[in-house]
Amino acid sequence: MLTSQFLLLGAILFCIGVYGVIARKNAVLVLMSIELILNSVNINLLAFALRNGSADGHTFALYIIAVAAAEVGVGLAMVLLIYRNRRSIGLDELSEMRG
Amino acid sequence: MFAADLLVAQNIGFAVIALVMIVGALRVVTTSNVVHAALWLVVVLSGAAAQYILLAAEFVAVTQVLVYIGAVMVLFLFGTMLTRARIGAERDLNNNYWRLGIPVAGVLFAAMTIAVVSSFGDEQLPDEPRVIGVQEISDQIFGPYLLPFWALSFVLLGAIIGAIVLARKD
Repeated sequence: MLTSQFLLLGAILFCIGVYGVIARKNAVLVLMSIELILNSVNINLLAFALRNGSADGHTFALYIIAVAAAEVGVGLAMVLLIYRNRRSIGLDELSEMRG
Repeated sequence: MFAADLLVAQNIGFAVIALVMIVGALRVVTTSNVVHAALWLVVVLSGAAAQYILLAAEFVAVTQVLVYIGAVMVLFLFGTMLTRARIGAERDLNNNYWRLGIPVAGVLFAAMTIAVVSSFGDEQLPDEPRVIGVQEISDQIFGPYLLPFWALSFVLLGAIIGAIVLARKD
């Protein structure tokens, strides 16, 4: 197996995730795109862990999984709160913080 | 880097799983149904777990299945159900300027491809990799990476309390 094939798979997933974050209006779909980005990072970390024969990549991948779980929990709670107050989770309608 | 080297079982498995993952990821960002997007995300996450096994990271793969496919997916589906009046296809999931995302993603991918190919062009991963067991990972977590582990514990605690405070009715 080549090192670059895993890194390129990570790059493709990362770019698809970035496209999703830019293009989507629905807040839940934006959170899903962020999950794609975090997974592409995990693939890269584990590819380098295999390449270098080191356990550091595994450790960081586990930390990323835990942070992603916490992020989704808080993010969906915020989405729920916004929906309860505004009856909508379109991100372009949240303009209170605009200066 | 010849056909005989490339057509080993690992590479065929990689190609099939990678193809499924890319199709799934594209469906996540293009489908017009939020529930379908969540289910396509399951496909991508399962494929990622399979890639972790190809990368000799069994423990991370099992954690991925437990945490992502088990817990995060349930959260997503609950979030979808609690914020949607109806489950089904709908228009208006994209921004007005969603086309801007295509050139941004394209340029980003081109830059990353150039960087990866120029740095790691034909480099092979080791055929007989050093096996990294659960014991070594736990030695890492509770040894040199103990401080980030503590920080992560507080992050999770804060996330739990924050989620309860935010989502409480009154």
